Amino acid sequence: MEKRYYQKEAETMPLDSLRKLQSEKLVKQVKHVYENVPYYRALMDKKGVKPQDIRGIDDLYKLPFITKSDLRETYPYGMLAVPLRDCVRIQSTSGTTGKRVIAYYTQEDIELWEDCCARAIVAAGGGKEDVVQVCYGYGLFTGGPGLNGGSHKVGSLTLPMSSGNTERQIQFMMDLKSTILCCTPSYAAFIGESLKERGYKPEDNCLKAGIFGAEPWTEEMRRDIEKSLGIKAYDIYGLTETSGPGVAFECEEQSGMHINEDHFIAEIIDPDTGEVLPEGEKGELVFTSLDKKAFPLLRYRTRDICVLSRKPCSCGRTFVKMAKPMGRSDDMLIIRGVNVFPSQIETVLLNEGYTPNYMIEVDRVNNTDTLDVYVELSADKLSDTTEGVSALEKALSSAITTMLGIRPAVHLVPPKSIVRSEGKAVRVVDKRKLHD
Amino acid sequence: MILKQLTVFVENKAGYLAEITELLAENSVDLKALSIADTKDFGILRLIVNDPDYALAVLNKKGVLGKITEVVGIQLENRTGALDKALSVLAKNGVNVEYLYAFLAGTPNFAHVVIKATDNALAEKILKDAGFKSIN
Repeated sequence: MEKRYYQKEAETMPLDSLRKLQSEKLVKQVKHVYENVPYYRALMDKKGVKPQDIRGIDDLYKLPFITKSDLRETYPYGMLAVPLRDCVRIQSTSGTTGKRVIAYYTQEDIELWEDCCARAIVAAGGGKEDVVQVCYGYGLFTGGPGLNGGSHKVGSLTLPMSSGNTERQIQFMMDLKSTILCCTPSYAAFIGESLKERGYKPEDNCLKAGIFGAEPWTEEMRRDIEKSLGIKAYDIYGLTETSGPGVAFECEEQSGMHINEDHFIAEIIDPDTGEVLPEGEKGELVFTSLDKKAFPLLRYRTRDICVLSRKPCSCGRTFVKMAKPMGRSDDMLIIRGVNVFPSQIETVLLNEGYTPNYMIEVDRVNNTDTLDVYVELSADKLSDTTEGVSALEKALSSAITTMLGIRPAVHLVPPKSIVRSEGKAVRVVDKRKLHD
Repeated sequence: MILKQLTVFVENKAGYLAEITELLAENSVDLKALSIADTKDFGILRLIVNDPDYALAVLNKKGVLGKITEVVGIQLENRTGALDKALSVLAKNGVNVEYLYAFLAGTPNFAHVVIKATDNALAEKILKDAGFKSIN
């Protein structure tokens, strides 16, 4: 099969040219930020770093980090690096972990972001003949606008569906023969289920690929979605702070996401010490944006825990690959002193033949953390005795205990009783009041 | 003699059972017998109805989880010792009863008994050979 790229020269650039390009861009970007963002200038001054100390990417480690709390501190205009009249758009985070983050874009910033999304669509096999159904939310959330713009750049027919109204999604998918689906993985799974309920088989739709991101998902969930929709499911990564989806995307190898390194530098650091870790080590992902003008974050700590790999990829792209984040340190729960990622529980559920519809409830009773996992039961597992159902709960509890090292109370509940998301899934309810 | 029982998963939530009975009533499902086994978190409702497959479809459509389970149904004379006779013959032949429930059969002379045995087919044969009649 012919290898296809959206911007071949950049995507397959030899490594030494890439490093040279990154170094040149970094020197300019640091100067731009230092001169235009007083908040970051103060951070650099405090650390005793001047723009002239940054002569290339080998000096990157000298720069201070930016964290989510810096963004809260500077809300709403404090990180803006160009006059407002040069900005054409804002996007915003959902604000679930605190105050919203507002990201600003110049027209060039938008172009660059959409190029990144276009690369992801082409890598998933998209082209002018494709019908791209975008059911990420449109609006402040970056998912819809990002993939919408990328799809326009590729020249595909774009269906700007936004999220929700599953009935309508299915009608358009069938009537207009969508070939590429873009949404959150939990919504893709939900669409798959809904199609099955309506009597459709996986081969009845025209979809060939899906581009799924914006929330953590597992390899097991990927296989389930691929089977239920009859497609190849590609991962995409991004965050509002760095532009939106498309910072990294998967190619046909499906073995990690290529980071668009001509626009972003990725580092992995030790989340406790801030020390940069060598390639292949697990740590917190940090991004430096090289080309963005309006909201150019340097060394932004994503809270995502993952691994980078420079192993050559059969697709021909030279960009470093990031593994699927193992979890967000925001999502990570510490229960009875044990680190727990919801994705670990999801893996167990799928392995045990349950749907990935679950809710985790953490509480503290008599100074001891409690973990309750609510899971939907299906007809094939239903027993006609209470002992039968209790045995299922015990077996699942044991399987989760093996994975996590702590024992949860498992509660089986009727199908569809756990609220389905059409955007990001709320999987965790933490009732402990630890921060008051 | 093998009957289709409708087994329904009942969440321990105020009004959930009423939701189920309301759905069945709205769809003219006739309840002939029921039993419920419960724990503090959930219950298992077992129903004998006029059309179990239809009733299951009605419930599934509204997201209520259920399935069809096979049970043995026999008719007993409504007199002292009748149930004992049926259970004794099963016990003698090594068939265990997982659960059972009984209901009056419309006429005062008979009762109906629904039995879930470790081996329904064997239970059916033993009861038939012992002269028990099936539920019509």
